[in-house]
Amino acid sequence: MASVESQVTPAANATPIPLWLLAEVTYRCPLQCAYCSNPIAFARYRNELETDEWLSVLDQARAMGAVQLGISGGEPLLRKDLETIVGHARELGFYSNLLTSGVGLDETRLGELKRAGLDHIQISFQADSSGPSDEIAGGHHFSTKERMAQAIKAHDYPMVFNVVMHRRNLDRVDSILQLAWDLGADYVELANTQYHGWAYHNRAALMPTREQIRRAEAITQHWREKVGNRMQIYFVGSDYYDETAKPCMNGWGTTFLGVAPDGRAMPCHGAAELPIELPSVREERLQAIWEDSHAFNVFRGHDWQPEPCRSCELLHSCHGGCRCQALLLAGDAWATDPVCPKSPLHERVVREVEAADERKNEFPLVMRTVKNSRSLS
Amino acid sequence: MNGDVRIWLSAGMRLQWEAAQSAYVMLYPEGMIKLNGPAGEILSRCDGRTVDGLIADLQQAFPSADLTADVITFLEEANTKGWLRTTEGDDDG
Ligand code: SF4
Ligand code: SF4
Repeated sequence: MASVESQVTPAANATPIPLWLLAEVTYRCPLQCAYCSNPIAFARYRNELETDEWLSVLDQARAMGAVQLGISGGEPLLRKDLETIVGHARELGFYSNLLTSGVGLDETRLGELKRAGLDHIQISFQADSSGPSDEIAGGHHFSTKERMAQAIKAHDYPMVFNVVMHRRNLDRVDSILQLAWDLGADYVELANTQYHGWAYHNRAALMPTREQIRRAEAITQHWREKVGNRMQIYFVGSDYYDETAKPCMNGWGTTFLGVAPDGRAMPCHGAAELPIELPSVREERLQAIWEDSHAFNVFRGHDWQPEPCRSCELLHSCHGGCRCQALLLAGDAWATDPVCPKSPLHERVVREVEAADERKNEFPLVMRTVKNSRSLS
Repeated sequence: MNGDVRIWLSAGMRLQWEAAQSAYVMLYPEGMIKLNGPAGEILSRCDGRTVDGLIADLQQAFPSADLTADVITFLEEANTKGWLRTTEGDDDG
């Protein structure tokens, strides 16, 4: 699931505050999205944090100034204690966001979450109808999602309608937006695939042509003009195609603190794939993790940067790009993100994009299943 | 914006004082805006009272200058950004 924590602006103070806490409460999920951003090894995460441990994470983070709470997964609804976690978050003064596929939701739970103080729900869709949805996510969940989106609005939640965009659904953007509109979405996030995790494995099947992206953007623009403020539509580009390095996490260790299901603290969504030891909330206080751990300091600030970033005038806005992507594409987590045209390895990205333009036959998808997770990790 | 219009924060928006940032912040789905002093003072009074009532109250708290024009400009801007719910345009407004 994509996230938009970049909208949380970091404080200008000297001491950074983890304003955005992401609680990945479980990696279990009834869906098998071929673009899933969970670690390839998700099936090896046993030993989920207990309710009390999550409550303590919330206490500690809130005391440090965290204010936005994302509850995601996997499918967070698989945790039976979700209502307890949400209730505690509300008491502490968090603004809580549930990031869900909608599968596992029902009227009763929606009511309970509302009473517990949940502020907002982001529901993910895969396409505008069941065929293409099932193809990318496995199973048959489309009609459940539709019903749940209606119920979310009936319970008066602000609703973000999120769709990860790729080769197989970009041409459907018009009917996807129609669906979002019919369901009463307040915000729509059309998030082009980031090629990490499972999506990296599925690059050949998921990468669109440049023309597909151009068309989808134009159609999105028409919709914006038509609906105005009543439904805010974000089209989040893909850095492969935009040819600019993304400001990873607003700067490492400045804003974002993620906690994996087993309690490992993560400075970015993909940190589990990086060659760094992740500290655990089971062993250390969150404040010590945030301030002193190697993981949160290794890419903090700009002193570690290599050339060409070190002397680049854009360093303070892009921070040299994504570390996970540097590892995947350059084989070195310290390298300049190869999506940047100034990277000596940029050619590798260009080749992928050109290959996607020329591709005639479609590639099969490697689904995010427990079996595939075990065999790939 | 007329003086008898009532104003609230929009659904899904939450305003709260954050000690860690020494500021009021506006919270909304997956985002946050840190407010400066005057913005915080105005928005924390958007609780269903009228524009006139809000201005009178602010004027009492900060008596030194006439705030009317500034407050109305700010409220109109906040309204365009979708932060506010008002009775403007309602029959009973
Ligand atoms: S499989 Fe799909 S629904 Fe489940 S966590 Fe991954 S992206 Fe989200
Ligand atoms: S060279 Fe480095 S700092 Fe400059 S734009 Fe590229 S990634 Fe960003």
